[in-house]
Amino acid sequence: MANTLGRILLYTVLCLTAFYYLLPLYVMFITSVKGLEEIRSGNLLSFPTDISFAAWGKAWSSACTGVECRGLSSYFYNSVRMVIPGVLISTALGAINGYVLAKWRFKGSEIIFAMILFGVFMPFQVLLLPMAQTLGWMGIASSTTGLVFVHVVCGLASTTLFFRNYYVGIPDELIKAARLDGAGFWRIFFKIILPMSTPIIMVTLIWQFTNIWNDFLFGVVFSAGDSQPITVGLNNLANTSTSVKEYNVDMAAAIIAALPTILVYVFAGKYFVRGLTAGAVKG
Amino acid sequence: MSISAQEAHYGFTERWLPRLVLAPSFLLTLIFLYGFIIWNGYLSFTTSRLMPNLTWAGLAQYQILFENERWWVAVKNLFIFASLFIGSGMAIGIGLAIFLDQKIRGEGILRTIYLYPMALSFVVTGTAWKWMLNPGLGLEKLMHDWGFIHFTFDWLVNSEMSIYTVVIAGVWQSSGFVMALFLAGLRGVDDSIIKAAQIDGAYLSRIYWKIILPALRPVFFSTLMILSHIAIKSFDLVMALTGGGPGFSSDVPATFMYAMAFTRGQMGVGAASSMMMLATVAALVVPYLYSELRGKKNG
Repeated sequence: MANTLGRILLYTVLCLTAFYYLLPLYVMFITSVKGLEEIRSGNLLSFPTDISFAAWGKAWSSACTGVECRGLSSYFYNSVRMVIPGVLISTALGAINGYVLAKWRFKGSEIIFAMILFGVFMPFQVLLLPMAQTLGWMGIASSTTGLVFVHVVCGLASTTLFFRNYYVGIPDELIKAARLDGAGFWRIFFKIILPMSTPIIMVTLIWQFTNIWNDFLFGVVFSAGDSQPITVGLNNLANTSTSVKEYNVDMAAAIIAALPTILVYVFAGKYFVRGLTAGAVKG
Repeated sequence: MSISAQEAHYGFTERWLPRLVLAPSFLLTLIFLYGFIIWNGYLSFTTSRLMPNLTWAGLAQYQILFENERWWVAVKNLFIFASLFIGSGMAIGIGLAIFLDQKIRGEGILRTIYLYPMALSFVVTGTAWKWMLNPGLGLEKLMHDWGFIHFTFDWLVNSEMSIYTVVIAGVWQSSGFVMALFLAGLRGVDDSIIKAAQIDGAYLSRIYWKIILPALRPVFFSTLMILSHIAIKSFDLVMALTGGGPGFSSDVPATFMYAMAFTRGQMGVGAASSMMMLATVAALVVPYLYSELRGKKNG
């Protein structure tokens, strides 16, 4: 009897917490489909009587983000242009680095690993000023290329860590056997290691995608008007002071900015979680 | 086999290829992390303001920084934010993990729900909570509609309380992550230990408190590291939720650095403040990394 009561209590707590976590998503969504009048007369939780996606259209193509009123679409494409090369390059480099650091150790490679690893933790604020100047010298300041470069440099530490920890778990005997058969550095990598790497490649791709898509700091410091990513666009939109604050447009914009990472989470949540736990420097 | 003996078997190409392959990343790290740290450190000792200026100024920028009231507000806020963010995040996360560990029906769905905020950017989280905590229309109006006419909730625009709204949104975002880490840890605990304790007649709560949680000490430390690291780096959440305001009442070092370096033309002070952030992180992380890497070598 006491046990049944305990179970009921347990489920109640779990469901209430689930409600708490879902609340902002619910509020964002229903606010985005309400009209301004309804937002004013109703409250946070009240269900919309008149569902309209007008705010979504406005957020996408005509809302004001500062001086300009062209919506989030161009920011969204900027993010897409930034995230694809950023993710692919940093993942490829991480795979190669991890392979060397796990399977081709040499004198000093552990120190190099430790040096790279510190990059996972360092506060990027320290890089901002020198990086801004360097990007200027390289001629890629305020451009998508510049942002891709910054994300590759700063993502290197985590991608290397992921692959290194994964490859440490692959038995050395496999490599030794391949070497006896006369396979060299690259052949072992492409024929043996890479085909076994699908899970960690997925984890790294998703981790990097989420991080780069969600980044705000580099976006706001290193980009200008036509290269700003979606997070900067959303922040500009939500903080633009207009006479009438359009909360429905703000919320639609927030959902648009969140949609790609939410979709990734829904469809590849397993890899997302593994990335999170792998980020905890275990292995 | 020692590393050098192993290397003797390799051909010339295979001895140098790994180093060559690692070289670009090593150089990038050397220049863009360590070189930039030194460069930024140097900037913090110069008279740089709107433009970088290489005139040596000694500790002048640090003196300006330490005499700046806004900096101390930011430090104090970081302290408040970090301790509450880490404390509540841990408590909620561990609690949820233990609850979910009780053979719950629909565990998968609940886990997914608890963790999804982690997939969102802090800017999205900030924007959403800014709307909900908005005095007048958000939570306050909801409570009024429910009959609590005298309910007021103006933390977002109250300079005494604004930093606590950052805590609310931050904990909402990150506690699911703590849950995921601890749940993974709990699943790794050997069932036979628990069974043995149960046979001895120990209560479940006692088993968790005395046996299981102590066994999860490594998970606890990893989580602590990551959460404090998120707290020190937190920039987006504050920018999106309060913008550091009202005034500069919810500033944290990260937003302070941004304001000084990029909007107020105080580059030297900005550089000095980021060096302070680096020092804080290094003090936490270097011993941790050292023990992690050493532990692995021995284990």
